[in-house]
Amino acid sequence: MNTPHVFPPRDAANSTMPDLRVVSAPPIRVFVPRDTAALAVGADAVAQAICDEAAARGLSIDVVRNGSRGLLWLETLVEVDRLGVRHAYGPVYPEDVGGLFDAGFLQGAAHALAHGPTEAIPYLARQQRFTFARVGITDPLSLDDYAALDGFRGLRNALMQSGEEIVAAVTESGLRGRGGAAFPTGIKWKTVLQAPSDTKYIVCNADEGDSGTFADRMLMEGDPYVLIEGMTIAGLAVGAEYGYLYVRSEYPQAIATLEAAIALARQAGYLGADILSSGRSFDLEVRKGAGSYVCGEETALLESLEGKRGVVRAKPPLPAVAGLFGRPTVINNVITFASVPIVLDRGAAFYRDAGMGRSRGTLPFQLAGNLKQGGLVECAFGVTLHDLLYEFGGGSASGRPLRAVQVGGPLGAYLPAAQWNVPMDYESLAGLGGVLGHGGLVAFDDSVDMAKMARYAMAFCAVESCGKCTPCRIGSTRGVEVVDKIVAGQQRSRQIQLLRSLCDTMVNGSLCAMGSMTPYPVLSALNHFPEDFGDAQHVQAA
Amino acid sequence: MRSDAMPDPVPAFTRAATVAAKPPAKPAGKLATTPPDGVDACTAALIASHAARPGALLPLLHAIQDALGFIAPESVGAIAQALNLSRAEVHGVITYYPHFRTAVPARHTLEVCRAESCQAMGGDALADHIRQRLGCEFHGAHATRAVGLEAVYCLGLCAQSPAIAIDGIAHARMTPARIDRLLDPLLAESKDASSIVQGSGDAGHLLQASHREQEAP
Repeated sequence: MNTPHVFPPRDAANSTMPDLRVVSAPPIRVFVPRDTAALAVGADAVAQAICDEAAARGLSIDVVRNGSRGLLWLETLVEVDRLGVRHAYGPVYPEDVGGLFDAGFLQGAAHALAHGPTEAIPYLARQQRFTFARVGITDPLSLDDYAALDGFRGLRNALMQSGEEIVAAVTESGLRGRGGAAFPTGIKWKTVLQAPSDTKYIVCNADEGDSGTFADRMLMEGDPYVLIEGMTIAGLAVGAEYGYLYVRSEYPQAIATLEAAIALARQAGYLGADILSSGRSFDLEVRKGAGSYVCGEETALLESLEGKRGVVRAKPPLPAVAGLFGRPTVINNVITFASVPIVLDRGAAFYRDAGMGRSRGTLPFQLAGNLKQGGLVECAFGVTLHDLLYEFGGGSASGRPLRAVQVGGPLGAYLPAAQWNVPMDYESLAGLGGVLGHGGLVAFDDSVDMAKMARYAMAFCAVESCGKCTPCRIGSTRGVEVVDKIVAGQQRSRQIQLLRSLCDTMVNGSLCAMGSMTPYPVLSALNHFPEDFGDAQHVQAA
Repeated sequence: MRSDAMPDPVPAFTRAATVAAKPPAKPAGKLATTPPDGVDACTAALIASHAARPGALLPLLHAIQDALGFIAPESVGAIAQALNLSRAEVHGVITYYPHFRTAVPARHTLEVCRAESCQAMGGDALADHIRQRLGCEFHGAHATRAVGLEAVYCLGLCAQSPAIAIDGIAHARMTPARIDRLLDPLLAESKDASSIVQGSGDAGHLLQASHREQEAP
């Protein structure tokens, strides 16, 4: 596997190469993202072409490799800073670069790929970016950029507070775990704070394995310091001095960015034995996963960190009492930790004021699958699924009608059009028999075969089951067989009864969400799209 | 405050620089003891440098596979001894995680995402095309062993499905035509053995070819 590219932060470059051209016009800043989503469609070649073209024309430009704005259908999204306003062009491929220069894009001129000022693009303008406030705007490794946009203010506040005060602020903010289980973060932290132990750990679950989700990856690649800051605040809150970031091996760019950011933060005194001369100590390291989906389950992740097979632990004890290496451990998702600095900076009330019901603050929704405008949309809880699919997503990419949307990853339910008016918050989704999970939406058009998707859910569970509990390990394989029989029309109504009974066993008898939630996509597909499973009348009779 | 070594700045934007910046495969420094039978010096050195870390096994296995391309079954005993584990425990961990390999891989690894979002955007048809092109199933390899085919469950590029990765470098918005442009040079390598270069799976330069022309089916 190739070592991913780590772009040097501009601060470091500037410190060794003082800019002697300050008296003349400063070079025009051009932003070309370094997020994997951009690299995967040729952003490096675009950046190179822009540099080459500028050199050939004798123009002075400063190419900044920023994170992604999250308008992923427009990647590679190139931005030009014109008098402090950034103008967007995209999707740019290398062969477009000459034409962009000809049209005068360095002056923000019109072009077929131009979208005007980036911040005014409705997709972005309608969002409420708390956690992703800096992503796409800054150079991810620049400490100057981070500090200039309120970075480390939460940490500085936390350093002046007691652990109890920090935990109280997080509790009051209403922040709930963003990994999917939505457990109140403050309560988890309080348990660890009160657990008597001389050694405690902070663990970040960055094993973002759900299909249709990429918010963790975008944040780690686009604003790693906010995650480092959030984990450091957690350490100060509960009295932990060491943390681990468990990142999946499928995210090499995120791992490289985090490792570089940790080294820079340590060098600048934000991590280490004496954080900002406070006498407090906290440090971090990145650990790489190895392709196991179930390691996204918190206890399996802890097993994996300990160097074992990623097999789920029975609870209790909770990780907050006996977690990593048997010590009290705060384990939270990337977005949870990254949401903490703004709470400590702006206050619990500021965060809590967004959202609806018991779902406070914002959630970065991820629009994926068959959508015209896929990308990241951070909004307060309560936006409807329909708005996300059509107002933001622009409908299907294929031009055919949308038919089903899976919300919350591979263990989330498939929702039919009749349910798309649901407001997106934890309780509303649960009311429909679904889950909001990590906020990923995967849209399918009318060419989808929902029996095939139900079979896939069981097959995926069979591949990824850790094998510890029987309902998940064996139930998933039996589930594939039963779906096959239903589709083949072998004793269809009896097999459907059997599938429901099997799902009931898996829901109630599995140790973790892998086995207990695989029935969500299976049963929702069966209930809402019975025609795909064969004779609709038989299905409804069952 | 610790002053850890900073990563070297990489001057260019190209992926070629990424490959060039790859750290040397074998760590420097000599071993104090002769490695046990069946364990090469590189593995032994990595065992020595990782053994004291808490939860050392996964980082050690990653380090060995990154350096050698796979984890030789012969090294299980030495790993177990150094970490005070049973051979069964080490074997169990290696075989539990899909990322770890115990045999020499094909020269290049093509990972094709098989998850829901890619299925929603024609991923199954793309996978069929790839299987046919390589003449192998998943977990298999092209007859020349130029390219091995693996399934991956999500590369985090779900808004730009379908996605694949070649030697860990991700490519999104794939079509059969685009995947052929990426595979052609890798498969051509095997016809001219002298041109085989480790790490040449970086096919990013191909993306400089016109994209919009490829949009037509």
